[in-house]
Amino acid sequence: MTDLLTPVLSEQWGQDRSWKLGRYEATGGYRALRKALAMQPLELIDLVKEAGLRGRGGAGFPTGMKWSFVPQDNPNPKYLVVNADESEPGTCKDMPLLMASPHTLVEGVLISAYAIGSKQAFIYCRGEVLHVIRRLQQAVKEAYEAGYAGKNVMGTGRDIDVIVHAGAGAYICGEETALLDSLEGRRGQPRLRPPFPAVAGLYASPTVINNVESIASVPSIVANGAAWFQAMGTEKSKGMTIYSLSGHVANAGQFEAPMGITMRQLLDLAGGIRAGHELKFFTPGGSSTPILTPASLDVPLDYEGMASAGTMLGTKALQVFDETTSVVRTTLRWVEFYKHESCGKCTPCREGSWWLVQLLMRFEAGTAEEGDVDKLLDICDNIGGKSFCALADGAVACTRSAVNNFRSEFEQGYHTPAWELFPYAKSALFTTEGDAR
Amino acid sequence: MTSTPGAQVAPNPDLVTLTIDDVPVSVPKGTLIIRAAEMMGTAIPRFCDHPLLDPVGACRQCLVDIPDAGNGRGFPKPQASCTMPVAEGMVVRTGKTSPAAEKAQRGILELLLINHPLDCPICDKGGECPLQNQALSHGPGESRYHGVKRTYPKPVNISAQILLDRERCVLCARCTRFSEQISGDPFIALVERGALQQVGSYEKDPYDSYFSGNVVQICPVGALTSAAYRFQARPFDLKSTPSTCDHCAGGCQIRVDHRHHQVKRIQAGEAPEINEEWLCDKGRFGFVSGRGDDRVTRPQVRRDGKLEDASWPEAIDAAVAGLKKAGESIGIITGGRLTLENAYAYSRFARTVLGTNNIDFRARAASDEEAQFLGARVAGRGMDVTYFDLEKAPHVVLVAFEPEDESSVVFLRLRKGVRKHGVKITTLAPFASRGSSKLNATLIPVPPGGEARALHGLQLDRDAIILVGERAASQPGLLSEVVSKSLASGARIAWIPRRAGDMGAIEAGCLPHLLPGGRPVTDAAARVDIAAQWDVAELPSQVGLTINQQLDAAASGDLKALVLAGVDPLDLPGAEHALAALDKAFVVQVTTRANAATERADVVFPTCLMEEQAGHFLNWEQRVCPVHLVNEGTKNAMTDLRILAALTDALGKDLGMRTTAQAWDDFSQLGDWAGARVADPIVGDAGVTDGLLVASWREALDASSGNDFEVALRKTARPAVARLSANTAHRYGVTNVCRVISATGSQSLPVEITDMVDDVVWVPMNPGEAGRLDVPPGSLVTLASPNEGDQA
Repeated sequence: MTDLLTPVLSEQWGQDRSWKLGRYEATGGYRALRKALAMQPLELIDLVKEAGLRGRGGAGFPTGMKWSFVPQDNPNPKYLVVNADESEPGTCKDMPLLMASPHTLVEGVLISAYAIGSKQAFIYCRGEVLHVIRRLQQAVKEAYEAGYAGKNVMGTGRDIDVIVHAGAGAYICGEETALLDSLEGRRGQPRLRPPFPAVAGLYASPTVINNVESIASVPSIVANGAAWFQAMGTEKSKGMTIYSLSGHVANAGQFEAPMGITMRQLLDLAGGIRAGHELKFFTPGGSSTPILTPASLDVPLDYEGMASAGTMLGTKALQVFDETTSVVRTTLRWVEFYKHESCGKCTPCREGSWWLVQLLMRFEAGTAEEGDVDKLLDICDNIGGKSFCALADGAVACTRSAVNNFRSEFEQGYHTPAWELFPYAKSALFTTEGDAR
Repeated sequence: MTSTPGAQVAPNPDLVTLTIDDVPVSVPKGTLIIRAAEMMGTAIPRFCDHPLLDPVGACRQCLVDIPDAGNGRGFPKPQASCTMPVAEGMVVRTGKTSPAAEKAQRGILELLLINHPLDCPICDKGGECPLQNQALSHGPGESRYHGVKRTYPKPVNISAQILLDRERCVLCARCTRFSEQISGDPFIALVERGALQQVGSYEKDPYDSYFSGNVVQICPVGALTSAAYRFQARPFDLKSTPSTCDHCAGGCQIRVDHRHHQVKRIQAGEAPEINEEWLCDKGRFGFVSGRGDDRVTRPQVRRDGKLEDASWPEAIDAAVAGLKKAGESIGIITGGRLTLENAYAYSRFARTVLGTNNIDFRARAASDEEAQFLGARVAGRGMDVTYFDLEKAPHVVLVAFEPEDESSVVFLRLRKGVRKHGVKITTLAPFASRGSSKLNATLIPVPPGGEARALHGLQLDRDAIILVGERAASQPGLLSEVVSKSLASGARIAWIPRRAGDMGAIEAGCLPHLLPGGRPVTDAAARVDIAAQWDVAELPSQVGLTINQQLDAAASGDLKALVLAGVDPLDLPGAEHALAALDKAFVVQVTTRANAATERADVVFPTCLMEEQAGHFLNWEQRVCPVHLVNEGTKNAMTDLRILAALTDALGKDLGMRTTAQAWDDFSQLGDWAGARVADPIVGDAGVTDGLLVASWREALDASSGNDFEVALRKTARPAVARLSANTAHRYGVTNVCRVISATGSQSLPVEITDMVDDVVWVPMNPGEAGRLDVPPGSLVTLASPNEGDQA
């Protein structure tokens, strides 16, 4: 079974003090940087293009192509910004990576910054995860002390500064333009596009924004070549990636495997659904991606496979729910998250998520009225695709897919509370003191 | 009548053709879809969109369907038409022809309404509310929302004048964008997030802006209201009359809303060539000054030293008796509030009835050099520099002129130029004022009196514009340098006076050396020209007395009578001297309100408030700006012109005009003057006086009588301070509060240490304050500790 795994990013996670520079160097760390610095920046961009690396943050945009959009004739400085604001519900891949092997990212940052001609790179890290931020800061410090970062990188005469910036805990700051506003010291709200960040991003200068995992994948590509990377994955989704499984599985956690592995295979790797239960539904890539049912267990978990199933690969955050779970309750919890995290800029997201929560609460309490399911779908239709950024689409996607897959369960909300249909204690993974239900 | 040669709409060769609702339309490249639809008569609903603000795309109300973006591919989702520019071959479907767009628009409106209170019947905006209107035209008939609406404590005072009802707000960010982008006062911002997002300000920094009233006008709901108008009227009960603001020389077009013969509020009109859609707070809120107990409503005559009410015939007889006694030893001072027609009447009255050229409109610091400058470079020149020119000029130099304070709408246009067209501003001033900072101006630091030298040394080319304020009259040699600099560099000059009536007064001939249209009094052909128009044999040929000479002559008893029209003697530098002159002479005062001159007047005639008459102003561009009769039920129909006509009748002569329309016709019949003009002033630069000098200008909001009785407006004025450099404060041993002492007065003010020229103290030129210096800028002053009891 385990031969399905392809640990590259996670290879050293189990080692003692894997986050220290010495440990990282002992397993080949920073050799890719040395190799990259001997190449021309354009060669590096071509290499990443050829490897077929696509954005691991959810949208799957080809990384090399993104890099090539940076206008090199622009007189302003070029910036590399790493999006480490991992906050999508269920997603837990970047934070473990940064905890266990921060140097993988730092090396990736240095190579990528060199490739796009940037002398200053920023890592915008989610603010709540203080432990991770400290690991990251220590790693950057070690890299500076070892001469990998800062002035005259590895004696090449090039300067690359790496700055770790802690966010203040807003989901919207994972949206790349809101992230830039936040990084500039403003309130994190998405910007109007165009201009796109590649042309006028951070401080109105050309900026590349990549996910942690995308940048962390770069050293391995440089070290092993495009062909090595291409050998993994499917036709259009190349390479390895980290899937994070959570919820009603026997062994939750991160599984690094080639693109296109199926949910059935991943569940096997995770020891299956918790004992005595069966799969009811799961998210392929966090709560923003429409949910799937056991019917999709054999669909490849890659960009194309998920699109064909009417959903998205997203962050590959597979939240697993067994038959004890109320889909109404789950949806309400998700939408409450989007309501809380809506930045307030545009009407459909701000008002729509507020309304959806109130409607879903009625479904949960069994006080919804005949016709409310259609109303719920209609309001989703009035929100979805109408908002300024994709945040509201996430709230709509989970709601719509939940209704589409489990309409009768919502209709039961016309008369019966969800906690009577699905006693909540049964789906609890952890019991807490005084948990009566 | 209102010729607007400044409206240059050049045909744009870069047209883009697209299809909106199956109708092909060609619009200039870069046009936003929402604007293109407007051009063909389709109104797409919107809230956050405003043509003068940068697009934000926040409300999502203007969603349209774009089945083809011009490249053969369409957008899968509806797009905000307020942020997307047109493209060649684009196909756009608005709610008219696209069910998807129509549903999107309905959906957004429903969402906007779920948390909007149903308080339209008590909301100021009800009846003129874009949300109300669009809910009717594009919204659902009934709400499907059954929850509890979001509420907040209300209202919040974001300044003394502006109140915020947060639960009505649709978070369109128009107000925050206005304050940041247009006026440059970003004291309000959107704070919090999600459904709790709201407009907020820092509690210690209220919304401090000279333009705050605009946010009330552009608010698409009733979230922002003004203390002045809140709960005053219903929009559907108001009558609206377009007119021109009578405060400064900007010529802002306004809409006067009135009911029951009383003005309820003033809104900015739409005048792309002048004030666009903006108005300063003084123009918007300062319209109640004529409602106080000091309003003069009946003629008054002084009998046995006591001013008593009199009938019109009695007052006219008394005035005529006094004027006859004075013979030709009469002077006329016309202030800044007169319409062109009234000023023209005084000009004609002086020459044809009194037989004198003793007339001067400059009820402020004035010089002979300035008079010459006005005759040479301003009078009869017609429109030259316009607002459009200010917006596009590569370089604008500010000389003795602080636009934000002294002509607020000029400031807005300059700021637009700086933001949109990269206009470079240079200012000659003792320090970078807040207005200059907002214009990103390059400061050439000069003490008062140093401007001429600094201007002389400035590198200018022919595209530059020199904006010179009326304060230049206080610095000998400065206006001469402005002229010679202009001649040497080719840079154009625009002189910007402070009061609405000033430019009209110049054109009407309210100057001792000028007849209407810039015709020199000393020019025989000019006199013949005007004499023919005025139907008299000849006009007095001697240059008359300037305001300074009139006051001196009256004080010494050489001038027997003075006619004051709209003059507050406290506006004059040397006010004590002026009052002494009024004590001595026979004074006829034509006024709306009693002031220090009334106490000394022998005959007082009440005249119309601005809303009680029609006429025209000429703004600083010399653009003709119409004033319309607002209050048709006025009890006082006697304009200055009619009073003069009545006096003329009683003197047994004929003024030749009795109505505003006749005066306008008469003035309009004067052709352009092709003859010689007054020569350019050649006065040597007096330079900077040694010692501690006072610098000063009037701030936009101060205690001037035009703002009287508008309490909230007064509260938004900037606090009066004395500005000193740290060096100067140290040298004179001044700390928190100081007393500035001039030759004629003193004033105690809190000290604000400012990065500025040494040996200069700046104080606001504020006529209404207790204790005043009463000297023009550039005068020598001393500093002392405050008197006991003076408060910072």
